[in-house]
Amino acid sequence: MLGSLNTRVMLEYLPDIWQGFLSTLMLSTTGFAGALTLGIIACALSIQPVRWLRAPATVYIDAVRATPLLAQLYFLYFGLPRLGIVLPEILIGIIVLSLNSGAYVAEIIRSGILAISRGQVEAAISSGMTYLQRMRLIILPQALRPTISPLIGQAIVLVKDSSLLSLISVVELTRAGQMIAIDRFMPIEGLVATALAYLLLYYLLKLLAGIWSHQNRLPGRA
Amino acid sequence: MFWLQLNRVIGYWPVLLKGIGMTLALSALSLLIGVVIGFAFGILRAGPNKALSRVVGLYVDFFRGTPFLVQVFIVFFILPEIGIELSAFTAGVVALSNAAACFIGEIVAAGIQSVPTGQTEAAAASGFTRAQQMRLIVLPQAIRVVTPSLVGQFVLLIKDSSVVSAIGLLDLTRSGWMIVQSVPNGLLVFGIVGIGYFAICYPLIWLSRRMERHGQAPIL
Repeated sequence: MLGSLNTRVMLEYLPDIWQGFLSTLMLSTTGFAGALTLGIIACALSIQPVRWLRAPATVYIDAVRATPLLAQLYFLYFGLPRLGIVLPEILIGIIVLSLNSGAYVAEIIRSGILAISRGQVEAAISSGMTYLQRMRLIILPQALRPTISPLIGQAIVLVKDSSLLSLISVVELTRAGQMIAIDRFMPIEGLVATALAYLLLYYLLKLLAGIWSHQNRLPGRA
Repeated sequence: MFWLQLNRVIGYWPVLLKGIGMTLALSALSLLIGVVIGFAFGILRAGPNKALSRVVGLYVDFFRGTPFLVQVFIVFFILPEIGIELSAFTAGVVALSNAAACFIGEIVAAGIQSVPTGQTEAAAASGFTRAQQMRLIVLPQAIRVVTPSLVGQFVLLIKDSSVVSAIGLLDLTRSGWMIVQSVPNGLLVFGIVGIGYFAICYPLIWLSRRMERHGQAPIL
């Protein structure tokens, strides 16, 4: 099995794996940027007081959280042409990744904001601050710090989720690995190379999360 | 046009029903196996044997760090090479329950570590054996802490089961994929598929949120 792993073929396909790696990196970064944008907007809508503005944010977050990414991907992949919108697969992929992770980002930021004690808000109100001032000066600085670790966690999920784009024939890591399998009938070599590349990204992000939480330990907490 | 297509999709109800059945069977079976193995992982991970904890940690990291789709391919393509021939369904259950066990293991380990050491010490002083301490003192408290996250994990498992359609298993997502080949309206077909998943997952999400809010957790 692993003893008979054909490392020569793996090396031969290294440029393809590297291309796939870069592509996955690009999909993940743009996807995550989109997710942050959407997540902040959805979160802002879901915690502000006007009810009819809150509803669409809640529907979006719940619909995304209760359905699988693959179904969301097919929904737009098979659905957009129906509306006369023809986009390249890679763009559909980035949109779906952003939409999907955006809902989780919204929840992460929301729970950071809701964790702030009521007294902080009341003190800000009684000091005569407006809603925007409270948000900017009191709530967000305290709320964002504890969200960094879960956000890195979401980035890890997004990197892994981007592998599903191979199913709508976007060329990224998983697809690159499959090419070895198809060209050479060597599924193991392709899968091992792919898995190792993903693990590299995983450990890098995990390291980042570790460094962050080590540097930002609050006094008196473990 | 829309009503005509809706009618045609509804005409495919046996396929959709089969898909939902497969999704439920796959998820339920994997959930059961995943919880059992996951608790074993968690206990080993939080246990006193450092070497064993490290080994389980590495194994768990491998499956937490790679995409589930890649894992499905690994189970489906690599296991046969070492002489383990699996049907698509068995391969799906193996991949799903293994991934679930890895995530549940970390949740359980964190839950066990959240139980104060005073509890174990008191139990040891009262003459409980190690197994008894775990079974009677630590686990009951840990389970209370981890239940909301576990339910959240079940939702992830049900959603992950859609990925297994990539090896040709006819689950809910695959049934949508088949129907969309003859009724070319992705919004409609996968809208219906989405409603199916929503009906299964949303009650669990609701339950998990409710438990979190009602402080199922800290009795300590």
